[in-house]
Amino acid sequence: MAQNRRILVLFAHPGQRYSRANRDLAQAAIKVRGVTFVDLYAEYPRHKIDVEKEQQRLLDHDVILFQFPMFWYSTPSILKEWQDLVLEYGFAYGKDGDKIAGKLFSLVVTTGGPSQFYQKGGRNNFTIRELLTPLEQTANLCGLHFVPPYTLFAAHSAGEDTRLAHHVEGYERFLGALRDNSLDMDKAGKMPLLSADALPILQGAQP
Amino acid sequence: MTGLLFQAFIYLLAAVVAVPVAKRLGLGSVLGYLIAGIIIGPLLGLVGSETKGIQHIAEFGVVMMLFLVGLELEPRTLWNMRAKLLGLGGIQVGVTTLLVMATAMMLGQVWSVALAIGLVFSLSSTAIVLQTLNEKGLMKSDGGQSSFSVLLFQDIAVIPMLALIPLLALPELIQHGTAASDGEHHGSEMSLIADLVGWQVALVNIAAIAAVVAGGHYLSRPLFRFIAAAKLREIFTAAALLLVVAIAFLMTLVGLSPALGTFLAGVVLATSEYRHELESDIEPFKGLLLGLFFITVGAGINFILLFDNALLIISLTIGLMLLKAAVLLVLSFLFKLRGADRWLFALSLAQAGEFGFVLLSFTVQSAVIPVGLADLLLLVVALSMLLTPALFILFDKVIMPRLEDDQAREADEITEKGSVIIAGMGRFGQVINRVLKGNGYDTVVLDLSADMIDMFQKFGIRTFFGDASRPDLIKSAGLDEAKLLVVAIDDPDRAVQIVHHARQVRPDIHIIARARHRHHVYELYKAGADDIVRETFDSSVRAARYALESFDVHPHEAEKLVTMFVERDLDGIKRLAHLYDPDIPITENKPYMDLARKIQEEMDTALSSHSPDVHDTVKRAWLPPGKNPDDPDL
Repeated sequence: MAQNRRILVLFAHPGQRYSRANRDLAQAAIKVRGVTFVDLYAEYPRHKIDVEKEQQRLLDHDVILFQFPMFWYSTPSILKEWQDLVLEYGFAYGKDGDKIAGKLFSLVVTTGGPSQFYQKGGRNNFTIRELLTPLEQTANLCGLHFVPPYTLFAAHSAGEDTRLAHHVEGYERFLGALRDNSLDMDKAGKMPLLSADALPILQGAQP
Repeated sequence: MTGLLFQAFIYLLAAVVAVPVAKRLGLGSVLGYLIAGIIIGPLLGLVGSETKGIQHIAEFGVVMMLFLVGLELEPRTLWNMRAKLLGLGGIQVGVTTLLVMATAMMLGQVWSVALAIGLVFSLSSTAIVLQTLNEKGLMKSDGGQSSFSVLLFQDIAVIPMLALIPLLALPELIQHGTAASDGEHHGSEMSLIADLVGWQVALVNIAAIAAVVAGGHYLSRPLFRFIAAAKLREIFTAAALLLVVAIAFLMTLVGLSPALGTFLAGVVLATSEYRHELESDIEPFKGLLLGLFFITVGAGINFILLFDNALLIISLTIGLMLLKAAVLLVLSFLFKLRGADRWLFALSLAQAGEFGFVLLSFTVQSAVIPVGLADLLLLVVALSMLLTPALFILFDKVIMPRLEDDQAREADEITEKGSVIIAGMGRFGQVINRVLKGNGYDTVVLDLSADMIDMFQKFGIRTFFGDASRPDLIKSAGLDEAKLLVVAIDDPDRAVQIVHHARQVRPDIHIIARARHRHHVYELYKAGADDIVRETFDSSVRAARYALESFDVHPHEAEKLVTMFVERDLDGIKRLAHLYDPDIPITENKPYMDLARKIQEEMDTALSSHSPDVHDTVKRAWLPPGKNPDDPDL
């Protein structure tokens, strides 16, 4: 495919002053060619979401990403508000609700806890994929192709060594591959999560 | 001169003493005036034969009342009432006339005399009934509206009756007809139609009515605007009076009922922006003249004749009232009035009315009814009017309590849509009005600037000219019924005045007030406002938020910061409110100044970024686990 995909990153973090990981990720994403980066809390500081504008944004892009920190096993509240209002019946689902069907959808998630917390018997008892099934099913209902979440565990301590920088660099590659259609979708689809070290990119794909 | 002053003194004193006492006793103002009249007339003999002349002047109160009634009725409302007006009114007048006539014939009167009596007795008292209904706030109820329809029909029906009565003249009375008619015959009265034939009279009548309607519609606005621009209150009052007097005069000239003419003018002006100002200007005159009218009714009762024929007159009165009430009760079934409304309708209109006096003296002049009989009938009319307040008391004390239990279960009938009064249509009031109107709420807007009103008219916004701090004006704007009052004027003192007055009159109304500054907030709070909005506070807060954002504070963070500021500021106002004393200048009020300084410091501390205040809601929010908001790494 010669055509580049247009990417929409919907970023939600209410306490950005405390988040180095998401700040660095955001700053990286903004610079990637073909990415429209939206800070939802900056755009809607009073949670008054402009539904028409957001729907048009969806229509204008081929890939939709939610970038957010995991809060209580879910998204920050504004992303829920965004889903509740923007993914309308007749637009995203239901009768004639095929306006965004066929697009790619993925998540860029940071967690406080380390990866071993997110498993059966672990502190959080469920895997990230299990906890994020509401979003995955939302994508299914809207006819979106769900790409496994690009995940950073133990984000608070990631800045202490090279882990964060490595993750940020991987994020750039992830976005570039989505844009250039060089992500190996078959392989990726079979993976539980994506990360900087688990990013199946097709070699020699046409940019 | 002393004679006139003495009379004025007596009338006013009687009213001032008797009416408040009567009201306190729950008898209503009408009965108070009537009793005052009886005391100064027949009882003490302080006033005598001049009451007849005064009554003619006082009847003008009825004319004014109908003008005011008209002002309350927009043409469309009147049109919607047409079925009730013609149906209820027509049947009531027709059937009552026939039944009274039949009874009179059974009692041995000739048919023509009987018919005249029927006509006289079919009418009810507009003055008493409307005054009482208004006083009790029952005007807008179904029963009140039906009563009004009947009264209006009666007032109109008087005109053909006046035409009919001369045709009933008794031949044997005609010879000494002139002798029988006392000083009331105004042979020299001006008339435009004296020498005209029927169809010409009709043409003149139509032209007069057209003149009133067209004049009211096209001329009144520029005229009132011109007068209002002079900013002289008394001239506007004079103009309002002139309007009523001129129309009444025109109507008399062409032989129409002045009451009807002014009523029509009222209806035409009901859509005018000067309506409320007109209302409040005419209102006191109407009240005084009507009061005077009731006093003269009381004073005019001939007790000697009454006592001589006590049994006859009392039984005639009671018989008449029973008959009228019965007719009305039947009508109330036909027109599907329910419960309390039915009884209100039947009882309120059971008396004979002031037009009865007019018709009776006219029948005597026209040699239709002999003088002796007319005097007797006059007493019946007066007595029935005297008894009417008693019927209202019966309705209040006996019928309402019994029906209330049943009615409470039924869905409440909403007699009027929740309405809003907005005082002040400047930049502040306009926004409120637009939001309310845009969402289907009825607003009544008052403003002092004739230019503004003119401009709003061009935008199709209904605004009324007038000073909302005048109790009478805001009353006629509907203070008694409104659900919400918005005080949006920019004069701080008058705003407090309006809030204070409105709260006294209506403990239950919701009041939103525009405040100049925080001290004004305290005053408005003390005066009784519910929601107090500092006029520039919210916009300043928004500007402050933009200021923060300009320093790259995240918009969401800026929002949280200013929200916190607003909360703290409101909290400070609440804490300071009880220390504020309008009589002491702020700078001399030490406890207030001390607390104000303390609050200021708290606020500065809370907002500073190096605050040790970990409970600060803004900083606490979304803090990562195990972190301290003052950790320099964050």
